[in-house]
Amino acid sequence: MAPKLPLKARLEHSENVAGGTAVQDHDAHHSSGPLRWLLTTNHKEIGTLYLIFSLTMFLIGGAMALVIRLELFQPGLQLVRPEFFNQMTTMHGLIMVFGAVMPGFVGLANWMVPLQIGAPDMALPRLNNFSFWLLPVAFLLLLSTLLMPGGGPNFGWTFYAPLSTTYAPPSTTFFILAMHMAGISSILGAINIIATILNLRAPGMRLMDMTLFVWTWLITAFLLIAVMPVLAGVITMMLLDINFGTSFFNAAGGGDPVLFQHLFWFFGHPEVYIMILPAFGIISVIVPAFARKPLFGYASMVYATASIAILSFLVWAHHMFSVGLPLIAELFFMYTTMLIAVPTGVKVFNWIATLFRGSITFETPMLFALAFIVLFTIGGFSGLMLAIAPADFQYHDTYFVVAHFHYVLVPGAVFSIMAAVYYWLPKWTGHYPDECLGRWHFWLSVIGVNLLFFPMHFAGLAGMPRRIPDYALQFADFNMASSIGGFLFGFSQLLFVWVVIKCVRGGVTAPAKAWDGATDLEWSVPSPAPLHTFETPPDLRRVAG
Amino acid sequence: MRKTYVLAALITGLAGLERNALANGWNMPVGVTEVSRHVHGLHMTIFWICVVIGAVVFSVMFYSLFRYRRSKGAQAANFHEHTTVEIFWTAIPLLILVAMAIPATATLRHMYDASEADLEVMVTGHQWRWHYDYVGEDVGYFSNLTTPREQIDGTQAKDANYLLEVDQPLVLPVDRKVRLLMTSSDVIHSWWVPDLAVKKDAIPGFVNEAWTRIDEPGIYRGQCAELCGKDHGFMPVVVHAMAQDEFDAWLAERKQEAAAAASGVDRNWTLPELMERGEQVYGSICASCHQPEGQGLPPTFPALVGNQALLEDLEGHIDTVVNGVAGTPMPAFSGTLNAVDIAAVITFERNAWGNDTGDIIQPSTIQAQLSP
Repeated sequence: MAPKLPLKARLEHSENVAGGTAVQDHDAHHSSGPLRWLLTTNHKEIGTLYLIFSLTMFLIGGAMALVIRLELFQPGLQLVRPEFFNQMTTMHGLIMVFGAVMPGFVGLANWMVPLQIGAPDMALPRLNNFSFWLLPVAFLLLLSTLLMPGGGPNFGWTFYAPLSTTYAPPSTTFFILAMHMAGISSILGAINIIATILNLRAPGMRLMDMTLFVWTWLITAFLLIAVMPVLAGVITMMLLDINFGTSFFNAAGGGDPVLFQHLFWFFGHPEVYIMILPAFGIISVIVPAFARKPLFGYASMVYATASIAILSFLVWAHHMFSVGLPLIAELFFMYTTMLIAVPTGVKVFNWIATLFRGSITFETPMLFALAFIVLFTIGGFSGLMLAIAPADFQYHDTYFVVAHFHYVLVPGAVFSIMAAVYYWLPKWTGHYPDECLGRWHFWLSVIGVNLLFFPMHFAGLAGMPRRIPDYALQFADFNMASSIGGFLFGFSQLLFVWVVIKCVRGGVTAPAKAWDGATDLEWSVPSPAPLHTFETPPDLRRVAG
Repeated sequence: MRKTYVLAALITGLAGLERNALANGWNMPVGVTEVSRHVHGLHMTIFWICVVIGAVVFSVMFYSLFRYRRSKGAQAANFHEHTTVEIFWTAIPLLILVAMAIPATATLRHMYDASEADLEVMVTGHQWRWHYDYVGEDVGYFSNLTTPREQIDGTQAKDANYLLEVDQPLVLPVDRKVRLLMTSSDVIHSWWVPDLAVKKDAIPGFVNEAWTRIDEPGIYRGQCAELCGKDHGFMPVVVHAMAQDEFDAWLAERKQEAAAAASGVDRNWTLPELMERGEQVYGSICASCHQPEGQGLPPTFPALVGNQALLEDLEGHIDTVVNGVAGTPMPAFSGTLNAVDIAAVITFERNAWGNDTGDIIQPSTIQAQLSP
């Protein structure tokens, strides 16, 4: 096992600790004025753009979720018609997955990967700019479909054919174009991250010296390159079915609607891990910092991440247990899915072993990280239950599934992004986020999120299908509780926006090393990090002898 | 000793909680078939395994958080690896999973054996109703939601079976193995009754199979589980299970009714007769897309009121209803409605809501198209 610890010690031998000394020369050729943000190729500025975009999409997607929860507050149709309800569930899913969570992680990668590997910038800065600016265009187009005749996409974020082809609203072609743009953005972003990590590590930094955040992003980027083209393929087939008379998914023309699902989930399941592996990396960075103890089982964390990534290509049909797969396929996908519990368990055990005999404090980033461990594990448990194919016939397409994937995505992926923001805000802004408001935000979020999603387990087990605008009376109490939780959670996020704005404007000044237990490379540059860092890479080569 | 008592009390308490959860509809139903009881058993087993693992893992976690607080002067240790422990916590979950996979495999194999069925029913999903066809019996009918619009819109109090009530349930005999063949005429639907532990997708171009053997007579309710468009939330599944002799009597009666309904193809129908029958058919079949007043939901579902292209082209109108329109949601009704119903509904559409064409379409005209 490669020792991870000596990095800091080695850093102290290095001659270029801060790397911020030559900053002044570079500001001269940086564009200013209104075009500055449009033309920037700086990884920190692009990271900020990604994060602002992600937060905006999070609030828009969240507002749509509140429309859903408001309609479901009571049985009956009160607020919206079913046609619009379906557009809300679809857009909520698409925006949260492709607009909020993925760009959120890419933003964090832009900011932190170069800082954590001692690189001056991303390897391909102009490509980086292009990857970002594709996204606002894609999502403006996607949102504009809501105003088109027949409305926006109304077939769920999984857009199963033929509901999304033959039976889809006319705006679907624009939806496809928007998804293509978001997909190209992801692929280019992933290429950039791989190129950066493999080529620009500081001299002496081996792969097994990298932080878990960099490692998980490296693996995630490979997943993105592998599966986003599959998504591109499947939506192109939809495009041809809709506009050019082909019958890929049209049974009447000899096509195969189930083929759509195989292709979609071959993309979709790795996509699920694309949204959680960077979260594992973030938690693996934050927990040791506040337990003041090195991460337990660094190497096994890397191997577990890689195992999960490989297994993610072998489990896709567990989303399709009820489509009538042959028995042998059901068994294969049941076993492989259950197997994922092993590396995932290793990760949770490692985090807890890191806490064990630490010296623990509970600043806001740590609170979010701890809530992540507990609540993500609960989402993992329901995932294990869903893996049992015979039982999945009862769980499939019910609110139990909705509860499961929201547990891994909201107190999972989203909490990890929030933990990361609280953790790195001092590095980004030079100020600590307001600890008191941060705690308020944490506790309101954690109470809200559980009140929102926990009753969904019961509603699903009791028999409530997902994606319905109205429901039978026995589900009323669960839905009312969820809606109250939804509003609590939703409005608490305005507090988060306020904390971030307040932190950008001012606050307690943070030193270079803002958290006393933090040991990674980014804490060696000043806070706030100057526009250009590590222009001369820090020398991490071992001192002879 | 004391610990044992506490443990026993805890287990009794949890078991009580489980029964309570079941009684209050917080848990998966045990159901009324052997398969549903197996599935419930698997569900509870994996659930308790998760609870126990969770209890152990979270105990260690919260103990660590409590015991090793810096505010209580905890000094951090520096260990970061322990090969034995790591092998242990990789191997133990693996063994638990193998133990879980064995009964799950057995149940799944059982569920997949649809052979030697006593009765076969073809279940066809339509936007947004189910069609049941008793294979080889010449009995087939649509099953439509009957919850009144007023209850959905909140102007009327909601019934106990709000949204789970249909005009004609699927009737099945108890203690017989029933093979269910699933398909769809439009998009993908999923036929689900929790008490039977049957959920199977109805996919256009595919015929899926599932089976059930119901132990107790009764009415079992479920819903479409796969998003199938606008009224996905409004296509319940209701199964009425009854004793074999009752079922036989019911089936005989349905055969007579079916014969009677199809009769009258040869005679001439009057406009009021066709309008009355057509209104019924329109209400249960067409209104969900083309709307109760024929105004449609453009652009997907065209209006019928004042639709000149339609009203000027009688042949086209008949062809649309009989054969459907490829590439659109409009299905062919030649297989699911008889000639009288089709003639009546077309007559109705051409004369209702101010579409006063005066056209009368006789069932014999339609019959000629159905069986050329």
